Amino acid sequence: MSLLSIRNMKTSIGQYAVLHDVTFDVPEGGVFVLLGRNGAGKTTTLRSIMGLWSPSPGSVTFRGQDITGMHTADIARLGIAYVPENMGIFGTLTVDENLILATANGKFDKARLARIHELFPALERFRDKQAWSLSGGQKQMLSVARAIIEPRSLILIDEPTKGLAPSIVAAMAEAFREISRTTTILLVEQNFNFAKSLGRDMAVIDDGRVAHAGTMADFAADLDLQDRLLSLSV
Amino acid sequence: MTALTQTLGRAGGVNLLPVFIAVIAFVLIGAPSSWITLTVAGLAMGMMLFLMASGLSLVFGLMDVLNFGHSAFVSFGAFISATVLAGLGGWLTADSWALNSMALIAAYLAAITFGLIAGWFFETVIIKPVYRDHLRQILITIGAMIVAEQTILAFWGGTPFSVARPAFLEGSWIIGDVSIEIYRAFAFALGAAVFVMLYLVLNRTRIGLLIRAGVEDREMVEALGFRVDRLFIGVFMLGSALAALGGAMWAGYETLITPHMGADLMIVVFIVVIIGGLGSIEGTLLGAVLVGLMSNYVGFLAPKLALASNMILMVAILLWRPNGLRPAVK
Amino acid sequence: MSNPMTQTPANTGTMMVKGVVALIAALLLFAPFLFQDTRSLEVAARICIFIVLVASFDLLIGYTGIVSFAHTMFFGFGAYGAAILLKQMGPGWTPVILGALAGVGVSLVFAVVIGLLSLRVKAIFFAMITLAAASVVLVLASQLSHITGGEDGIIYKSPDLFKTATKLAVDEDGKVLRLWGVRLNGKLAAYYFVFATSLILFLAMLRFVGSPFGTVLKAIRENEARAEAIGYRVVAYRTAVFCLSAAIASLAGTVYAVWLKYTGPDTALSFSIMIDILLMVVIGGMGTMWGAVIGAVLMILAQYYLRDLMGAAAEATANIPILPQLLAPDRWLFWLGIIFILLVYFFPKGIAGTAMERGAAKGGGA
Repeated sequence: MSLLSIRNMKTSIGQYAVLHDVTFDVPEGGVFVLLGRNGAGKTTTLRSIMGLWSPSPGSVTFRGQDITGMHTADIARLGIAYVPENMGIFGTLTVDENLILATANGKFDKARLARIHELFPALERFRDKQAWSLSGGQKQMLSVARAIIEPRSLILIDEPTKGLAPSIVAAMAEAFREISRTTTILLVEQNFNFAKSLGRDMAVIDDGRVAHAGTMADFAADLDLQDRLLSLSV
Repeated sequence: MTALTQTLGRAGGVNLLPVFIAVIAFVLIGAPSSWITLTVAGLAMGMMLFLMASGLSLVFGLMDVLNFGHSAFVSFGAFISATVLAGLGGWLTADSWALNSMALIAAYLAAITFGLIAGWFFETVIIKPVYRDHLRQILITIGAMIVAEQTILAFWGGTPFSVARPAFLEGSWIIGDVSIEIYRAFAFALGAAVFVMLYLVLNRTRIGLLIRAGVEDREMVEALGFRVDRLFIGVFMLGSALAALGGAMWAGYETLITPHMGADLMIVVFIVVIIGGLGSIEGTLLGAVLVGLMSNYVGFLAPKLALASNMILMVAILLWRPNGLRPAVK
Repeated sequence: MSNPMTQTPANTGTMMVKGVVALIAALLLFAPFLFQDTRSLEVAARICIFIVLVASFDLLIGYTGIVSFAHTMFFGFGAYGAAILLKQMGPGWTPVILGALAGVGVSLVFAVVIGLLSLRVKAIFFAMITLAAASVVLVLASQLSHITGGEDGIIYKSPDLFKTATKLAVDEDGKVLRLWGVRLNGKLAAYYFVFATSLILFLAMLRFVGSPFGTVLKAIRENEARAEAIGYRVVAYRTAVFCLSAAIASLAGTVYAVWLKYTGPDTALSFSIMIDILLMVVIGGMGTMWGAVIGAVLMILAQYYLRDLMGAAAEATANIPILPQLLAPDRWLFWLGIIFILLVYFFPKGIAGTAMERGAAKGGGA
């Protein structure tokens, strides 16, 4: 059974239908990559899973439980974390406050915190700094760290490499590889090389529909398909 | 110039504005004793305005809800506490400090209790159906304000209602040639105590952490697994209770209240939150103290300009900082 | 969401609304002949002016979705402009015209400053800032008594043509001519001055919302971000509408000042007028223009005649606790407030908007 399955999801924002018919399954374990052009509906898909937009009709099932229409907070409590495109950092809070907020009971699990500090040393160095003063890469690290400060089953990550320097992207890839050993990641990505190096399974969204789904190995080998689904149409 | 800005920033930045205004007023007024009296009055007024405005500011910050009916809590707080004080007239005039204070505490508790209950009712019945719809929010809360004001008129009538004060808060302390009204000092102290409590709750507790985070990014707090809407009811009730307490204190300060007092104060409260920046209690305190001082200084120097001076202050600050002095989110 | 204004007019709801408006227009046109007493003429003139005032407010709230509490302020600028000059220069047309121009000028300056200051930041600031500005102007008007007459206001004479003693036509005896029992005197001329200017201003606004400019406004109202993305400068458009609505409110104020021959805080500036305008536009229906007509008529009739009714109700319930207090004639706002809240909940489009939508729904609606 897949961890997350999405069936015929249709989401409208205001009067504009953004997703027309999205159906795919995320298996447990590893990194599942969602690809697609700008404006294809990838972010909307993640937000719909998270309950930040409500899809209608259509359904989202997590571990066999229908979570369509549930409150965002209740969805999160099931063990789904969300790292939005804008990172969602609380700038006026310190790095540690950002992290402790994400814990279920307001206390750090020492072992997990140590592991996070190992993955992202900057977060230990700047733990008492207000988060707005961090660099873009550090904010991204904080956002990811916040998602794994508690044990989760699934992390939704929206374009984590956007605007980051290559060295930080490499560090991020390393971190994701490490995280995906214990937690499933649903990754939305524009940077195909980054996605290729991480993903096991993948789907492409185009114009609010799933245009292709399969394994990353097959997709990476099929240059024609890549060209058709990802290149900018002129 | 930059060096000067930095020095000012280290010394407190915009927090120095009230001091700056106080110094200018000192020069303009000339007489130190009048200046002290006015400054105490301004600080007391500022603290009461802070109580009335803090809830409005937090509620807006957390849920993007602007409650134009907020003034109703102020008016009801004033009238309820005044009625309780009138009912407990025997305790007030008794020659016992304990009975005096018990009457006052009973009056304030009545106002606070009303604020909590009315806040819950207001949030659930009036505001919840129109979350995220600013136009209807403004209209509905204006409607609620009308109904509330009319209800006060129906219960208490249109004639000014006089407010009894406990004996120990009457009179002034005379130090040299400076006279300080005891009630003003008391209002300042109570307001400051409430501010400190609010500050500690917001900065030292987990609930406070959630509120601060929610003001910045509600969606993200929800995505981390917390029901901001439930938190919001609590904040709304607290804000209403503080407004009612502010109204109760204001009643004792003015000693004569009318059903329109809420609507009149609302303007000032709006100016306070606009100046301070929505969503932060530090900003609200700053705005409240500025407006309180300004009103009293200008009221002394050029009585006709008192209200206009706040308006001018607001326009000047908005031209300088369109989001207010200390908005919650940078 | 269906937008009544852009739909083909051939639906029953719209026809009904327009029919009612046409009937109202006809009644107002013949009001002096149909209702031959002073109070009725007073009511009719007030309705004419408030239709313009409310419609100009609708330009703002209904077509841009922003709420201003400064509308009476602009109304007051127009009224005080004419009043002060009529008092200083004596009756005549020059002070009326100069007063109107001055009112519009001051209104435009205020509108531009407020608009640029607060439409740029959060829309909600706009509501608060306009409220603050309006209250300061109200306080200034009652304090600068040597110019404005303070709380007492200003009493003055209107141009000679509008004097009750003026004879528009005389019979062979030199007495004022009667037409269907109505004296053709200056009072009648004054009423038709009010009626004609109101009609012209209202038609101008109708023309405006049908123009390309009005179409852009609707686009902004429907989706601000999208309109901005297409390249419309939303702040500029909103400030322009704010100015236009302020100018028309100011002109309405001038006309009212000429009609009343008295201007004071209660008639031209008070916050309760602002509440009235809000109630009228919401009850009538925002964003339709027709709603302004219906709302103004209903509210003013209620103001003048509902109180009598409530007085009777209060007497009838005299021995029930608290109910008589709530039914007292002075408490009519209490009930209007409740009706208002219910309307905003259940019929946010008001009478006109709901009627037009119901009619349109058959053709394929929301």
